[in-house]
Order: sequence, then C-alpha cells, then structure tokens
Amino acid sequence: MTATATASASPPAGAPNGDGALGRFRICDFTGQLAGAGATKWLAAFGAEVIRIEDPVTRGMWDVLRGMAPYVDERRGPDFGGGFNNHNPEKFGITLNLRTERAKELLVEIVKRSDVVSENFSKGVLARWGFDYARLRAIKPDIIYVSNCGFGQRGPYSDYKTWGPIVQAMSGLTHLSGLADREPAGWGYSYMDHTGGMYMAIAILLALVHRERTGEGQWIDMSCTDSALTLTGTSILDWTANGRTTRRPGYPDSNHSEHPVMAPHAVYPCRGDDEWIAIACRDDGDWQRLATRIGDAWTRDARWASVEGRRAAQSELDAKLADWTRPQDKHALARTLQVDGIPAAIVAKPEERIDRDENTRAWDLFPTVTHAKMGRVRVDGMPVHLAKSDWRIERGGPCVGEHTDLVLGRLLGLSTEELVKLHAEGVI
Amino acid sequence: MSGPCGGEGALAGLRVVELANERCAWAGKLLADMGADVILVEPPAGDATRGWGPFLDDRPGPDRSLHWWHNHTSKRGIVLDLEQAADRATLRRLIATADVFLEAEPPGALAARDLDHPALCQANPRLVYCSITPFGRSGPRKDEHATDLTVLAAGGPVWMNGYDDHSLAPMRGLGNQGFQTGCHYAVMSILTAILWRGASGEGQHIDVSLHAAANVTTEAGSYHWLVARETVQRQTGRHAGMMVSMPSQQQCADGRWVNTGFPPRKPEDYAKLLGWLRALGLEKRLPEAVFLQLGAEQESIDLSKIGLDDQVTAIFGAGREALVLIAQTVSAQAFFVGAQKIGLAVGAILSPEEAYEDDHFKARGMQVEVEHPELGRSFRYPGAPYALEKGAWRIARRAPRLGEHTEEVLAELGAN
Repeated sequence: MTATATASASPPAGAPNGDGALGRFRICDFTGQLAGAGATKWLAAFGAEVIRIEDPVTRGMWDVLRGMAPYVDERRGPDFGGGFNNHNPEKFGITLNLRTERAKELLVEIVKRSDVVSENFSKGVLARWGFDYARLRAIKPDIIYVSNCGFGQRGPYSDYKTWGPIVQAMSGLTHLSGLADREPAGWGYSYMDHTGGMYMAIAILLALVHRERTGEGQWIDMSCTDSALTLTGTSILDWTANGRTTRRPGYPDSNHSEHPVMAPHAVYPCRGDDEWIAIACRDDGDWQRLATRIGDAWTRDARWASVEGRRAAQSELDAKLADWTRPQDKHALARTLQVDGIPAAIVAKPEERIDRDENTRAWDLFPTVTHAKMGRVRVDGMPVHLAKSDWRIERGGPCVGEHTDLVLGRLLGLSTEELVKLHAEGVI
Repeated sequence: MSGPCGGEGALAGLRVVELANERCAWAGKLLADMGADVILVEPPAGDATRGWGPFLDDRPGPDRSLHWWHNHTSKRGIVLDLEQAADRATLRRLIATADVFLEAEPPGALAARDLDHPALCQANPRLVYCSITPFGRSGPRKDEHATDLTVLAAGGPVWMNGYDDHSLAPMRGLGNQGFQTGCHYAVMSILTAILWRGASGEGQHIDVSLHAAANVTTEAGSYHWLVARETVQRQTGRHAGMMVSMPSQQQCADGRWVNTGFPPRKPEDYAKLLGWLRALGLEKRLPEAVFLQLGAEQESIDLSKIGLDDQVTAIFGAGREALVLIAQTVSAQAFFVGAQKIGLAVGAILSPEEAYEDDHFKARGMQVEVEHPELGRSFRYPGAPYALEKGAWRIARRAPRLGEHTEEVLAELGAN
C-alpha cells in the first residue's frame, strides 16, 4: 500500500468547487438512480467532494440511468444516459472492482479520508462486500454512513424491492392522486425518488451538524417509504384522531381543495389541444373578482355567494367555469386573472416552464454543464439561492472511471506506474 | 418530554424563529422535530391555518386543526402583533438571539416592517435568514398570487399526472406537496448554510422559490426536454413518457389496486412466476403460460427486442398477463407479498391510513404517541422520516396552543 498514511484534507486537484458551502466534506458515494444520486447531487453542487464509486466490470450499469434515454445524439452506452448526467453533475467518478482484495484496500483508504459513506443498494449489499457499519466505523471512527433502501434495513418488508412508483403506492401517495371512484391517477414521475433523495440529503446534513457538535458519527437507516408516510400526515391524523378513512365516497378528487376549503379550485380546459389552466379561489373575495371578470348572469346565483355553497355544487360550478375557459387562450387568461388578484397559472408543459418562462430564465434554473462525451447539456439546477455560498453546477456527470487516476493519484498518492498495473490487473 | 430514543436531537442548541405561514410550516416542523428550538410567531388572531380542517371530532376551534397539529409539532408558540411597533421591536430582539429566521411572506412585506434581511443581519451577522416565496424574491413573476395547486401547475408536476384519457384534466396529488417540496429545499439550504457558518462565521440570506422547486422535480419530464426537446405525455398510474407504455395498475379480487411493476426480465423469474401461478392453480386459465415456460428455458431475455422479436414479445407479454390474472384472483396484499417473495418489485396501492397500520411501518416505529395534556389524551402521529441513531428525531411536544409560550419566551428574552 503506497497510499499516504495520513488523511489529506485537501481535495484532489481538479475539484473546481472546494471553496463551496460544503467544501470541507468528502463523500464516499455508492448511490445511483435518483433516490440516492439526487442526495449527493445537492452536496456536490455546494462544493462537497463527492467520489462516486462504480464497478468497472459492469461499466457502472447498476445505475441503469447510465444507459437510458434521453440521448443527445445517436451514441449509446453507459456514458450517454441523459438522466444520469442530470443527477450526477459535479461528482467525481472512479471504478473499483470490489471483487478483488486490492480494490477493497483502496476503498479502506478512501473511507479513511471521507466524512460520509452513502449508498442506496438493496439491503445488505455493502455488508456482503465486507463494509457494514461496524467495519466502516473501525476504519474511520466518526464516519457517517447513510443507507437508503426502499423499505429500510429492518422490518417485515426489508428484503422487498421498490422503485419510486412502488414507494408511492405503499405509502398512500398514489391513492391520494386522482378522481373519486376511478383507478388512481398516481404520479407520472417518481416523486418519491426526488423526495427520498431530499430526505437522504437532509439526513446527511443533520448527521454532519450533529458530528460538528458532538464529534460522533453514526449509521442512518433511511427508507424512502418511511419518508413518504410522513407527507400525508393530516390524513393519518384524521384516521387516528377521528377514525376517518380516505376510502370514502367522493374521495380523493385531488384537484379540489377540501382542506382548506376552496372553491372553485381545479384545472380547466383552454383553447387548443390538451391546454389547461389551474384556478384557485382562496376566499369569497377571489370568487367575487372572478365572477366580475366572467360577467355572466349565472355567476350571480345566490348559491355561489358562500364557499359552502360553491363547494356543495362544485361539479356544476366547474362545468360552468370550464365553458367560460374553454375558448380562451391559457396564457392570456392566466395573466388577466393574476391582474385581478386571483391565483391562476397555466398547466405548463416542459417547454413552457423551461424555455418560455421569464422567471425561470432570471433564476438560471437550468444550468449548462460540460460533459466529457456528451458536450454541453442543460440539467436541473437548484430552486434556491444562497446569497454568500451558492450552488454551482458546471461539470457534467462523470463517465465510467473518468476520475479514477486523478482521485487515486492525488487523494491516495498512487504513482502512474501503480495505476497502470492496477488497470492491467482489473482492480480499477 | 423526550422521544423514544431519548437524548438531544441533532439540532439541539439551534434557535429558529418562524413567522407562521402555510408555506413554511413544514420546514419549521422538520427542524423542530430534530431538536431545534423553533419559536413560532403568530398574530393575535392566530395563523389562518388554525382554521384548516379536518378538526378533532369535526368541531372547529383554534387548537383542534389536525393540519395544525401535524405541521407544528415540537415548536413553541408566541403571539406578537406586528402592526404594533413595540411588538416588532420584540421580534427584532428575539431574532437577534436566533440562528435561523424562517418566513414565507410576500416579497417586500417584511421590508416595510423593517424586518427584512438587511435590517436583521446588522444586529445578528450570523443569522441564516430563509425566505420561501411562490416565485422567488426577485424574478418578474415574484408578485403573482399562488396556491399549492397553481404552483404545481406552473412548475410542471400537474402536466405529468393524470389519466390516459386526455379529455380528463391533468392532476396534482393531495397533501400540499408543492409547499412541502419547497420546504424540503429550505431545510437542505438552512443546514447547508449552518455548516458553512461553522467554517466562515457568517450568516446569509436564502431565497427559496416554490415554482422553481416544482420545476426541477419532474424527473424525465425535464430532462427529456433539456436533452432531446421531447415532451412527455401523461398516462394512468405510470410515468409520463414519449411512448404509451403497458398498463401498470390492476384491480385485485378485494377491489383494491396494485402496481404490477415491470414484468420479469430474467429466465429464473419466469420460472418462479410459473411456479406461483401453478401454486394458485391458475396455469390452465392462462393460455400464455406456455410462454412463461419458454421464458424460463431461455439463457437470457433481451428486452430491447420487445416488439421486434415475436418470441421475446410473447414471453414479456405472458409475464404481464400472468401478473394480471394472479392479481384478479387474490387480494392486493397477497399479490404484493407473493410477487415480492419471487423478487418482483410490485406494490399494493394503500391508503395513508392503511400504510400507517401496516405491520412493517409499525415495526419501524412509524407510530408515535403524542400527549395532548389539556385533552387528557394522547394521539398517534406519523414517526421519523429518517432513523438517525444519534441526535434522533422525536416529537418533543404537540403543536402549541395560541400564545402558549409567549410569557415564557419573553421572560427568557428579558433575562438575556
């Protein structure tokens, strides 16, 4: 082992962001997909040195997003998945063949120099490689180890598998999206992969704060399904306190608003193919302004004067309102209603919210990264700005093994000759 | 009162002043349940969300809102009348003792009261001042009126959700998820700023946009456009996509729905699925069962050949048909457990209360009792979103009654 014996506090050369808000921290990162990679994307964007460790034999394809559409051109393979690039900018990518003892030795040296070990494998994968929490702690006493698996490391379902839609199904979120007396509409994307990644990031940050205060590291057993269960807490309290179930006639009806009571409150058709506007009247004042804007006699029906009356007959109200919105241009109508002081917004298509929204542009919400093979590609940025230590997303997601020599050379002090040998032996 | 794990939370010693608002309540709860001293400031009439149902026993009252209960655990509550100069001065003195100020007022509203970031950071340069607004504090849309629904519509999630039948409106999911997503980013930002302060000694202002938060959390909805200028289309119960995908939900014998996940991809999975079908005595009812056998006999199955190679297409289709037939024959829970036991990632579509009562979540400690001393009762709440073993999550106390801690907090402030 030629790696230096003392942990180096300085990032490997090439870390462009070592002065960021989290520039003090190094993450030994095994995460993938979105529920894991999303967490370390945040850390990397704020300057943490995230070293993504992947398997050279399978070309990192445990993270299937490496090879999946969308693509920038006709090229295919583990370095061309658009989703992977979106979730992994600003990270370093190295390969270690953990079937070999030498790679395990190298991993030990990386863990010694890390603050956090993060993964979202199925239960027990890292332990089978010989790196359970007890071992990690023996290597680095104050290590923070976060394991994020669908049903967690304990409990009757802990051996079961999930992905976003399964987490959403099992936690109640799918059931709460849709129209009453129909099949659930659910979520047309992995809401809980995004949100599970956020909870994983929060857990890591909390553990870092705790370590700063006490010097203690720890193991965090994360389960996206636990996190998801806390997101519908009012419905759960309605059950535990009042005994009311969400399986009841007329429920979920999720574009309407029962709590707080708002009506009208829905998504209405506009002129064109699949064009929609969301309108929400928060109170009687909003409704009166809307009624004035509509100007038709039907709006003066006494039933509509109170929110109770509007809610009691909201299907009828929705139908009348839809007749009014249907021939109108959604953009013009949204602007008019906003001038009137009524919450209204178009149901924005991707192009409209990404390329045609002046607020999005002013925020610089979709930064362009430079990817070693894909070139310049835009990715999701961060919906926050920190005045003094903001995020930076410039470098694309790493190609398989892109930074292996850089990281092992600069961080562990391996010589060029040694790296050549390790490549030849299939260790890295 | 201490939680099941005892000890201090990870954020012990951190003081947060939160100006009550529907848009930032969830962020304050996440900090409070981790041990921060979150002081919630309400006007004399109470925050409007105390009037949000459902209510305990369906009887409205300022201390009976279950929305309030859920969103304000572990906080202390005080009343200040910000129309009054003296109370504004008190709030400024309180914030001078705080690490974090959390607010969600319309842009400019607090500047008019000399409570904006420049005013407060002079007295407390270490203050992390976090603002959550519908469209951010400075963009051209900053003054637009918004609710959870309109934020989710403008930001993209609504476009993603709904039914195959596009004459039906696209949908949002319930639970104020637009606000909650913004709050998750607010908490990530606050903790990041606290860690940076640990090195730099400096506080700062954080600007969180709910619209932007929705806009960067639609998964493939964004990156199909960003990378390939493709627009995804909504589909019942499954990912919005470029092409119509196979249905993924099925109603079971007990009337409940399941998500059948992906059909099997590996030969051994086809063998197991055929075994399950036989164990249920259903093989004869599925003419396609022969293709399951064929699938089991393959060396590998190349899924990229679906639709191109008749045999692969038939094998994959038989996998889906077998799952549908089994689902129609058994309960949703039996389908979930049976499929998971042969290694398939499927799920029962549970209601929140069914999930809450499920043995798995009980075993993980997701049921937490919280005392309501004035009612002489305790109630079961949702538990920890993450299981930190040190500095653990806990609910320190139920949500504050209106003005419950005014005297206590002002006395502490006087003593300072």
